[in-house]
Amino acid sequence: MSEQVHVVKPPVTSVGVVGWLRQNLFNTPFNSLLSLVTLYFLWSVLPPFVRWAFIDASWFSPSQVCRDGAGACWSVITQNIRFILFGFYPYDQQWRPAVAVVLLLGLLFFSRDRKYWSKRLGYAWIVGLVAMGVLMAGGVPGLPAVETTKWGGLPLTLLLSVFGLTAAYPLGVILALGRQSKMPAIKVLSVVYIEMIRGVPLISLLFMASIIFPLFLPEGITINKILRAQVAIILFTGAYIAEVVRGGLQAIPKGQYEAAESLGLNYYLTMRLVILPQALKIVIPPTVGILVSAFKDTSLVVIIALYDVLKTTQTVLSNPEWMGFSREAYIFLAILYFLGCFSMSHYSRKLEMELSTENH
Amino acid sequence: MALDTTQTHDGVLREKPEPFWLDPKKRAIFFQILVVGAVALLAWYLISNTVANLQRQKIATGFGFLGKEASFEIGESVIAYDASNTYARALVVGALNTIKVSFIGIVITVFLGTFIGIARLSSNWLISRLAAIYIEGMQDVPVLLQLFFWYAIFYETLPSPRQALKPMHGVFLCNRGLVMPVPEWHPAYGYVFLAFAAACLMVWGLRRWARKRQDETGKTFPVFRVSLALVLGLPLGVWAALGAPFAMSVPELRGFNFRGGTTWSPEFMALLLGLILYTAAFVAEAVRAGIQSVSKGQREAAMALGLRPAQVLRLVILPQALRVIIPPLTSQMLNLTKNSSLAVAIGYPDFVSVANTTINQTGQSIEGVALIMLVYLIFSLSTSAFMNWYNKKVKLVER
Repeated sequence: MSEQVHVVKPPVTSVGVVGWLRQNLFNTPFNSLLSLVTLYFLWSVLPPFVRWAFIDASWFSPSQVCRDGAGACWSVITQNIRFILFGFYPYDQQWRPAVAVVLLLGLLFFSRDRKYWSKRLGYAWIVGLVAMGVLMAGGVPGLPAVETTKWGGLPLTLLLSVFGLTAAYPLGVILALGRQSKMPAIKVLSVVYIEMIRGVPLISLLFMASIIFPLFLPEGITINKILRAQVAIILFTGAYIAEVVRGGLQAIPKGQYEAAESLGLNYYLTMRLVILPQALKIVIPPTVGILVSAFKDTSLVVIIALYDVLKTTQTVLSNPEWMGFSREAYIFLAILYFLGCFSMSHYSRKLEMELSTENH
Repeated sequence: MALDTTQTHDGVLREKPEPFWLDPKKRAIFFQILVVGAVALLAWYLISNTVANLQRQKIATGFGFLGKEASFEIGESVIAYDASNTYARALVVGALNTIKVSFIGIVITVFLGTFIGIARLSSNWLISRLAAIYIEGMQDVPVLLQLFFWYAIFYETLPSPRQALKPMHGVFLCNRGLVMPVPEWHPAYGYVFLAFAAACLMVWGLRRWARKRQDETGKTFPVFRVSLALVLGLPLGVWAALGAPFAMSVPELRGFNFRGGTTWSPEFMALLLGLILYTAAFVAEAVRAGIQSVSKGQREAAMALGLRPAQVLRLVILPQALRVIIPPLTSQMLNLTKNSSLAVAIGYPDFVSVANTTINQTGQSIEGVALIMLVYLIFSLSTSAFMNWYNKKVKLVER
């Protein structure tokens, strides 16, 4: 054992910034070339974009200032934000949908943490949803009634998504159980439904909801358009969730069914206590994938002329004063949708880790 | 449970035949009759209402309207069409437009998606980050919004034909769409195509022969190189033998518009761009997952067997990765086809758009929507038929 242990530091070129660069960007000649090309590309794209989007941009100006300026015109958003967010909802009453949206986001925020998952949160949801309905529709003292034809913008998008997703989920689970059922009639009905719906684009269902559905009802009875679109979205999403849940059901080993049976559980209890908790847990990632696409798909109601947040934006853009600023408006909407979808998929990854029983 | 106890009170323990509601088989039959009955009742209710409504509104049912004159123009068409043609022909034009945009879209999407998926796995930090940002960003923005965005870029941001952008010689990008040169038709191309088909057939035979010989004698044959030479060489040879015609129809600006070449309209371009960029993100994810699913040991084992890198890729990595990649890839292709129905929102005359116009003109809403559903069901069912065939094939390979 020598007394003096000479500590040799690693060479400068393998640690720190230089080391990181060498390892991640310039480790082979090909990678070096690739990095240089990419850096050049970013250098030629990013600074002009930043200049356009931030430095030269006008934020709160009238449209004429925008037309004279060289940068992005975010004013198209800021000057019309109330219409984009709330559509044709009476101007002086727009605090109501605003409160409803805040209430909804608050409830979602609290439901995020599994610590709060209890009966009380369930009641809070029921109370919250009723309160939102009353706020939106009105008709009680102090709140004048607002017809559903005037609902629009962000509240409509959120309404279609939240109710669409919550109603489609149980429907999907029932359909998946139906497809796995041993009863031939139930199985055939489920398979036909699932395959039919999955085979056609959502838009054909929305057309059906908007033009054919009124023919289905007896004379004199009409159902409002929002509800019809909502039903179409639920029926559509349900079929996709069913396929995902089926994957989970098929992944449960047979022994689990037999164990539940030997405990004397009937079909309902077997499913509720043994099979579904495991199956639904396995399929969290694909389910969230379906939910994210259902959230994005609510934008399709534009085509049957419902005033969701995309349609209200287009209405603003068709106003001669703000014509020609589509890029800015659509980028704003893209950010809005991105935030929604990204937080959903981020949350699913978190939930998946929390529910995982394998690692600890 | 409650019934059991009453029976014990009576002192009759399981001796009486079980009442029918405790027999699972009979209960299942009863339950099925109940559900089927409920569905039939609902269907009957809806149909009877519909029939009554149609009679009241004096709407004739049936597909007789298909033979009538359509009397509307369609912006772009693969086959000859004008307003005096029938609705049936208009719908065929729409279906062909759907197929056109889907086919071109799928081909480009697969290449772009594969490229991005591989970039995501690159050891180059910058490239893999950029690919990740692309994938996450594109997946989280509705495709309809993307279509509107690209359409707005075309009609708002791009200049008029006079100031058109020229990314390459003969290629113009302006608010009339993308204009590019195409080869002028020459009879030689027909023979070139025939030569190509013949080469494909020969490659197929060659592969069978080479595999059989390898099974019998163990001798390998450079199938890939010979196939490539055949597929490229034969058509090129025919082309050269027939005088190598290379006249191109190059677009030129005449007045306010372009002459010659071919034009892809802004609607078509916006639809194509939106669908490609959106779907490529999903394809990239599938490709990444597929490549990652092949464990490192496989590559090492193949190399230990003395296979060359190209052979490792072709014989070991790809067959295993493709088995994971192909199913999601097919469903993404189908998604692209289904999403092409959003063309109706930006005015590209695809099948849904033409059917929608037909519904508005004739009032035959039920027939129109039924046709839309039928056409897309045919697409989906044929795709799933292919999937089943493919799954069976790769299963055999596995065994």
